[in-house]
Amino acid sequence: MKNYTKLILVALSLTLAACSNSPLSGGFGGNQNGLDGPGVGDGSADDPTSVAYFMQTIGDRVLFDVDQSTLNDAGRTLLSQQATWLNSNPAYMVLVEGHADEQGTRAYNLALGDRRATAARAYLVSQGVDASRLSTVTFGKERPLEICSQEACYSQNRRAVIILSGGINS
Amino acid sequence: MKMRAIARGLILALTLSPVMMGTGFAQSGPLRIEVTDGVIEPLPIAVPSFVAENAAAKNLAEEISRVVVSDLVGSGLFREIPREAHIANVTNFDAAVRYADWKAINAQGLVTGAVSVQGKRVIVKFRLFDVFSDKPLGDGLQFAGSTDAWRRMAHKVADAAYSRITGEGPYFDSRVVFVSEAGPKGQRQKRLAVMDYDGANVQYLTDSTSIVLGPRFSPTGDRVLYTSYETGSPRIYALDVASVSRRVLDSQAATLSFSPRFAPDGDTVVFSRSQNGNSDIYTMSVRGGAQKRLTSSPAIDTGPSYSPDGKQIVFESDRSGNQQIYVMSADGGEPKRISFGAGRYGTPVWSPRGDYIAFTKQNKGRFHIGVMRTDGSEERLLTSSFLDEGPTWAPNGRVIMFMRETSGANGTSSLYSVDLTGRNLKRVPTPLGASDPAWSPLQK
Repeated sequence: MKNYTKLILVALSLTLAACSNSPLSGGFGGNQNGLDGPGVGDGSADDPTSVAYFMQTIGDRVLFDVDQSTLNDAGRTLLSQQATWLNSNPAYMVLVEGHADEQGTRAYNLALGDRRATAARAYLVSQGVDASRLSTVTFGKERPLEICSQEACYSQNRRAVIILSGGINS
Repeated sequence: MKMRAIARGLILALTLSPVMMGTGFAQSGPLRIEVTDGVIEPLPIAVPSFVAENAAAKNLAEEISRVVVSDLVGSGLFREIPREAHIANVTNFDAAVRYADWKAINAQGLVTGAVSVQGKRVIVKFRLFDVFSDKPLGDGLQFAGSTDAWRRMAHKVADAAYSRITGEGPYFDSRVVFVSEAGPKGQRQKRLAVMDYDGANVQYLTDSTSIVLGPRFSPTGDRVLYTSYETGSPRIYALDVASVSRRVLDSQAATLSFSPRFAPDGDTVVFSRSQNGNSDIYTMSVRGGAQKRLTSSPAIDTGPSYSPDGKQIVFESDRSGNQQIYVMSADGGEPKRISFGAGRYGTPVWSPRGDYIAFTKQNKGRFHIGVMRTDGSEERLLTSSFLDEGPTWAPNGRVIMFMRETSGANGTSSLYSVDLTGRNLKRVPTPLGASDPAWSPLQK
């Protein structure tokens, strides 16, 4: 059973990797991590407890304005939906990645990504998600999702990304 | 030395004149360059192939003299008179110099040398001559070492010539630690590497399994502090260059640490530590133990760098609303803002001479490397590009290296150097992409 699940997950990972420019894809760490384990769905987007469902139906990314770590309206709306889902699926652990676009110096962007991840985490906690399920990491400008040097890409890189992992046996 | 005194008089006169001497050097003047005074014309020098004093030294004698030329010409202050133009042949290191032959080809400086190899040991002798004064400039010098280290001896010769002519400290016998970059922009693989200041002798210090950032040398050049994602989130590490053994310095859960730099004492480490999304400046001993918090603002406080006397720290903070440069006591206390121009200022680095602070400036979508006095006055931008970042000082405080990244999906990072006056901008060769350079102290 476990091996069978892994096979599906590998296929899913490849799909995710293949559409890495899609707005529905994961962050740097990727939601490929920790997809197996009790309490986690069968990996299909039809299963409302699955990572695939979370990514396709809710979305894993919160975007920020230039040089800002304050959540905007769209960010708060998305985080509220994420919180509702996380509260219904308590087996998942959450890593919140914070990222910055390339228009900044390296250390500053590390700190800015840290602020963004912390802001997203704090909002999830305010919406009832148990703080012990949530951790943060910053990647600064080290892992852009989109690689052009225009605002169209920068706006996608100023982000906090929710990375899910199966919580019970991880 | 009497000649030095005369030279200083002349330099003072040049310094007081607001107009540069367009023609460079008076042919009858002493052999002297003022680095900070905007030299227009490189000084013509002749460097005949060093004399091989035994058969085993034949190849090294030529290679060493080529590196000496490369150093001196590479500084932007000298121009080599090609060997084809030489009239005199130097086949005996101790023979009298035929000044007339060197004057005839307008060589103002003459560097002669001799090399002998005994087993694994190489001995390099050199002399510097002020051609138009018909006399040596300083005494002859001799360096000895392992044949493996022959490039260092060439750098020592060039350093001696550079220092005697400019009056500045040497910098060629130094190394640079940096981040070697490979792979696509969205998945850049990074590893620490160290090389000679001119790009030779690259050695890798880490593999590329974890992102590594911002290496900095210890004041003795034997250790490197850097930030690594080895545990999954950024933490500062200390690495011994010779053994490449490393250890984490700050492993407290629920915090992250980055942007480390040694104090001049070689023991204290100043760095940024973040908890609950707020970065502040801390210090700790490189041996471990208690951390001392120096700033406590809700702002991003990062990029700390000590003054060379260890009494002050310059850092960047966005406490005013955007990134600016501040100076505080090494014990903490109220910081004083020193940057007030348009745009954002980050990555401040105190010159090893104490006279300037180098920084990265962002303004109107461009990045610049600049310098200012330690009180923020006399701001001067040296470069401009899509992304210039992270200046580091040569050991003599007269040259700056930094990274330049090109724009777009295929953008790559390279290392560049520029002198304090903004002259002599050039790429430093590296095998792959390169970022985050940090210059070592002069090697002993």
